[in-house]
Amino acid sequence: MTPPGEITRRQLLRRLGMTAFVAGPGAGLLSACATAGAGGEPSAAPSITASADTRNPFGVDPKKPLEVVIFSGGYGDAYAKDLHEELYKKEFPGVSVKHNATQQIGTQLRPRFAGGDVPDVLNNSGPDSMDLAALAAENHLADLTVLFDAPSIDDPAKKIRDTVTPAVIDNAKINGKDLVLNYTVSHRALWYNAKLFAAKGWSLPRTWAEFTALGDTAKQEGILLFAYPGQKGPYYQLWNVLYTAAKIGGNQVIIDIDNLVDNAWNAEPMKQAVTAWVDIQAKYGDKAYFGLDHTQTQVKQLQNKLLFYPVGSWVENEMAKDKPDDFEYAIAPIPDVTAADKMPYGAIQVGVGENFVVAAKGKNPQGGLEYLRIMLSKEGARGFTEKTENLTVVNGAAAGLDLPAGLMSAAKAQDAAGQNIITDARFEGWYKELFDYGTQQINVVMAGRITPDKFCANMQKKADEIKKDDAVAKQTRSQ
Amino acid sequence: MERLRKYGFVAGFLVVPLALYSVFVISPYVQAFQLSLTSWNGYSSIVRYVGLDNFGRLFDDEVFWQALRNHGIMLLVLPIATIVIALFLSFLLNLGGGTRGAGMSGVWGSKFYRVVFFFPQVLAVAVVGVLFQAVYRPDADGVINGVLARFGAEPVGWLTEPGLALWSIIAVMIWQGVGFYVVLFSAGMAAIPKDYFEAAALDGAGRVRLFFSITLPLLRDTIQVGWIYLGIAAFDGFALVQVLAGDKGEPDGATTILPVTIYKTAFAYNKVGYASAMGVALFFLTVTFAVLTLRTTRRERVEL
Repeated sequence: MTPPGEITRRQLLRRLGMTAFVAGPGAGLLSACATAGAGGEPSAAPSITASADTRNPFGVDPKKPLEVVIFSGGYGDAYAKDLHEELYKKEFPGVSVKHNATQQIGTQLRPRFAGGDVPDVLNNSGPDSMDLAALAAENHLADLTVLFDAPSIDDPAKKIRDTVTPAVIDNAKINGKDLVLNYTVSHRALWYNAKLFAAKGWSLPRTWAEFTALGDTAKQEGILLFAYPGQKGPYYQLWNVLYTAAKIGGNQVIIDIDNLVDNAWNAEPMKQAVTAWVDIQAKYGDKAYFGLDHTQTQVKQLQNKLLFYPVGSWVENEMAKDKPDDFEYAIAPIPDVTAADKMPYGAIQVGVGENFVVAAKGKNPQGGLEYLRIMLSKEGARGFTEKTENLTVVNGAAAGLDLPAGLMSAAKAQDAAGQNIITDARFEGWYKELFDYGTQQINVVMAGRITPDKFCANMQKKADEIKKDDAVAKQTRSQ
Repeated sequence: MERLRKYGFVAGFLVVPLALYSVFVISPYVQAFQLSLTSWNGYSSIVRYVGLDNFGRLFDDEVFWQALRNHGIMLLVLPIATIVIALFLSFLLNLGGGTRGAGMSGVWGSKFYRVVFFFPQVLAVAVVGVLFQAVYRPDADGVINGVLARFGAEPVGWLTEPGLALWSIIAVMIWQGVGFYVVLFSAGMAAIPKDYFEAAALDGAGRVRLFFSITLPLLRDTIQVGWIYLGIAAFDGFALVQVLAGDKGEPDGATTILPVTIYKTAFAYNKVGYASAMGVALFFLTVTFAVLTLRTTRRERVEL
């Protein structure tokens, strides 16, 4: 028992703790909280106007240092370090360029943006990439209109806008402003081993009936018709289903989904696409792949254990080290699902990707714009393709290059597709929560634990939640 | 005056650690409480206060409840299984050999086993995760499935079947945790005077009787500590789930847990305010669990 008035040890500790907290660092800390201190509207970014000087249209101060942050993923970072930054230094002799390569874009840069110490050029990619719409809302991203209207380095008579794939301009927009440069072009559809097909005398299936017939043939040889990586890459299959839906019902299916149109997920083409692929998985798939990651799955394809793999043209470079000589990557369009698909056979998805932005409130936004202009020169783009074996958005920059077989096949498929290009689904970047939910649900439906109708209903429910959520900034697209 | 001097002396020693504790432990918690009342997205300089809206949303959030259910299962299974296995092993290591010579001893080779049991504890959680990715791999290249395949069995999707995934992960947590508790309980057993066992053994008590009548009651405090540690561990599991199950809560949210959900909500979906509300909920869950455990297991201490 404690005598009254006598302070117990526990009470002492408690009181000491409270005092230390209230009077000591606590008081100061509250004001130093991540959120406190700042206030008011986000400050506006200084705007940059272009001059008539074709050598230096943005008026770069040649002495100002430039900081470049590159996501060091599938493309590595040599293209920036050994090529684009060198070109920048050549243009402004003696300038210092700080190169920073990381896989943790968000972890490294979120505090820097909050604190106002931002890099000039940022390659925003990878699983830890930042929410560009949120950065745009804070006026952190420089307006790239001035870049798109600037003279091209190769031909000063031409605007940069006219030297790139039109999709670059469409995809640059956040809230109607040109803020993001998509630098690479990738082709997505089904990838297969052209040498295996040649050896077996198989031809590409053009209809769903031919597709399943090939599945039966392959089965007898112990080869799976189709697989996707369920552990790290279920989104490959989500893309595949979305592109199939667009093939059946036209690009409007995806555009409606992006715009959060009521019942967009419950559209008939979407249901048909999911049903078609769930059937393929049930009849020709192997559930073990739900637990494999993309590399494990891609190695299985290199071993000819599966025929078709839904992915993009980066796969060839990704697997270059492991690829045996009897394997040659080639792209196959998604076969016709119905007799009345809106898009004819041959339609593939051609998308622009790999986001680059310039920090508006950085130390050297003019330098950042100039850096992007260098990237968009023929020399900068061609060098990127040489170093990464991936195409850029710069028209004709890869002409004459000795491209790997898979990339050649993709380029040919794009020519054959002509105007029948399947659009990319942009809700991936706009509403990450919906996309993540989709990558989770696609595994569930493909495993047969829910019906395709239930999948569509679940996705619609989530899309409706996002639509109602005021905390999520909404985006729209018209094409 | 006398009293003041006495407590002033004690306080002098406590100021520095308490200050550090306040800065690095308490202040982030306070910030989390503050953020949980906002709709902050982690980027903006404007912070909008939304009152208790975030907590209201939690109640309707399926993912949150799914995570709580999973924590409930872990809370039931993880402490019991780990403690039972650890007790059994440490009894064998320390007393299982029966009376030999002058005192009680463990089974043959117990010193060696003790080191081996501790191995998993030394490995970083991420390493354990990668290790068990290979063990649980769902095709015939997996360690377990490779063995099963030899007997002609179909490969099992340890981490992809909704009914199995959480159990597979709990099994790893037990595997990793047991070693530590073996050492903890061994220390506890070493503190029990040997004469008790010898006297009981002379009276004809077998190993089972020795365990239930002497070891277990005298280890009570140590077990209680272990129980609370493991309970708190059941509210965590972040790194393991992140590495083994991916962060999508696959399959069907069967492995969804709060820490991963908080991380995703804050850093992938930029809802820092809402994530903080989940953090606050987790804080209260953990504290409630610890207090309840201490209350319900309180009992008079046995003086040795």
